[in-house]
Amino acid sequence: MTRFNPDRRRLLQALGGSATLLGAAVLPGSALAAPGKNKKLGRVVVVGAGFGGATAAKYLRKWSNGAIEVVLIERNKEFISCPASNEVLAGNRDYASIVHGYEGLKKNWGIKVVHASMIAVDVDKRKVKTDHAGEFDYDRLVVSPGVDFLFGAVAGYDEKAQEKILHAWKAGPQTVALRQQLVDLPDGGVYIQTIPKAPYRCPPGPYERVSQIAHYFKTHKPNSKIIVLDGNDQIISKGKLFKGVWDNDYQGLIEYRPNWNITEVNAETRIVTSEIGDRERGDVINLVPPQHAGKIAHDIGLVNANNRWVNIDWVTLESTAVKNVHVLGDATLSAPLMPKSGHMANQHGKAAAAAIVEILAGRQPQPTLLANTCYSMVDDRRAIHVDSVHRYDSEKKTPLVVPGSGGVSAAPSIEEGLFTRAWAKNIWSDILT
Amino acid sequence: MKKLIPLIGLLASTGVLAAGPAPATPFPYFVANCFNCHGTEGRVNSAIPSIAGRDREYLEAALTAFKAGTKQATIMHQLAKGYTDEEIAVLADYFSRQK
Repeated sequence: MTRFNPDRRRLLQALGGSATLLGAAVLPGSALAAPGKNKKLGRVVVVGAGFGGATAAKYLRKWSNGAIEVVLIERNKEFISCPASNEVLAGNRDYASIVHGYEGLKKNWGIKVVHASMIAVDVDKRKVKTDHAGEFDYDRLVVSPGVDFLFGAVAGYDEKAQEKILHAWKAGPQTVALRQQLVDLPDGGVYIQTIPKAPYRCPPGPYERVSQIAHYFKTHKPNSKIIVLDGNDQIISKGKLFKGVWDNDYQGLIEYRPNWNITEVNAETRIVTSEIGDRERGDVINLVPPQHAGKIAHDIGLVNANNRWVNIDWVTLESTAVKNVHVLGDATLSAPLMPKSGHMANQHGKAAAAAIVEILAGRQPQPTLLANTCYSMVDDRRAIHVDSVHRYDSEKKTPLVVPGSGGVSAAPSIEEGLFTRAWAKNIWSDILT
Repeated sequence: MKKLIPLIGLLASTGVLAAGPAPATPFPYFVANCFNCHGTEGRVNSAIPSIAGRDREYLEAALTAFKAGTKQATIMHQLAKGYTDEEIAVLADYFSRQK
C-alpha cells in the first residue's frame, strides 16, 4: 500500500521534485493522498444525498483514503430513486425496491450522515447552519440540490390543487399516490400526461412514463386512453424509438400533441388549458411542472443562469458565483447535450470528488471525462437507451460530446430490459454502498 | 502511454514510492465512468458483466473492437468511441488489476 505524506510531498517540491512525480506513485485502488494517521486533508460538507451528493460523499472518502472528513446533510431519511419509479406506476416494480437506506455510507465509508435541512451558509466563515443539527465548518461545500418546481408557471396549480393533480417527478409519496390514482381509474378513463419545455429533469422520463402506463392500460384497462400534451415540438429523447413502440405496441391508446404548452389547470373540473386556449379534460392528470435549481441553490446565491440554474466551472464543478462551493447534478446549467439525469449526477459527484481531493492535496485538478446512459423501459420487459461521452474542451471551457460517440438503441429489446434493471441495481450500489 | 503501463504495474507490485524517475500520470479518475453500470471497481454480479480482474489484453482488445465497430454490442460500441486508445489501455490495465 503506497502511502503519501503531504509533508514529504512539500519537502520534495522544495527539493525540486514535482507533484506529478508523486502523482505517478499514486496508484489506482490504493491510498490516494493519504496522510499520516492524524493528519486530515480537511472537511467537506455535502448537502443533498441523491444521485449526485451521495456519490460525491462516497468518492471523497474513497479517493482520499479517509483523509477527508465528510458530513452529508440530507433532510430525507431514505434514498428514493426517480429512475425506475415509472415502473412502479405501471405495477411492473414494487415501490419498496426503489427505496434504499444510507447505512452503507455510514458503515462502509465513515460518512457522518445528518438528517436535517440546511438553512444558511456563511460563505466567508465557511460554515453551514442546519435547522436542528447545529453548524458544520467546511473547507469545501458540495451542494446537490436537485430541482424544485415552478408551480406558479401553471395558473391554478396551487397547494390544494397539488394534492389532486400530482407531479410524481420526485419519487416518494407522490409515486405511491399516482399509482393509486391509476389503479382507481375505471377502464375507459382518460389519463393526461403534460410535459414541460426542456430543460427539465430526465429528458426521456415522461415518454417512458407514458409507455409504462400504456402497458398497464393495455394489460388491465384496454378501453382507457392517454393524451400526451408536450410543451416541446417533438419527443425530445429517443423520439423515433418511443414513437415506434407507441405505434406498434400501443396503437390507438396514445394521442400525442406536440407544442401543447399548459398554462392553466382546474383541479375541480380536471381541465387543462394551453397558452393558445386549447382545452383537455382528464380523469387522471399527471402534470410535470417546469423546473429550476432546488430552493437551497437560490437561497444561498448560487443561481446565476437565467434565474433558474447554477453556472459551474466544468473542471472543478465549483460554482462561478460562490467560492469553495461545488454544485452537482440537475441544478447545474447543463453543458451542450448533457442531460439532467441521475447517471450524469453520479458522474458529476465523482468529478467533484476528484477535483476536491486534488485541491485539498495541493495539486492541480484535471478535467475528466463524463459519460451518460439513460435506459427507458417501454413495457414490462423491453428497454431502449441513449448514451453519450462528454470531454472537456479547454477553449470553450465546457464538456462537449465526443464526435462519433454515443447513440441510441437499434430497437427495443429484452436484453436491454435486463440491462436496465441491472443498471439500477448497480448504480444504487455504486452510490450507497 | 502504453510504455507506462508496465511501470505502474511494477510500482503496484512493489509498493515503492517514487523509487526512481517516473513519468507524470495523475490518478485516472475517469475509470470510475465504468462503475455506474459495471459496479464500483468493476465488480458486480448482474446481467451487466463484471469487468474486475478480467485479462488486461482481453479488455483492451474488446474495447478496441467496440470502438472500431467490429464487435457487436447494445451500448459499448457507442461508449467506447468516446475514449482514446491510450485511455482504453488505462481502463484495461486498471480493471485487470481489481480483484
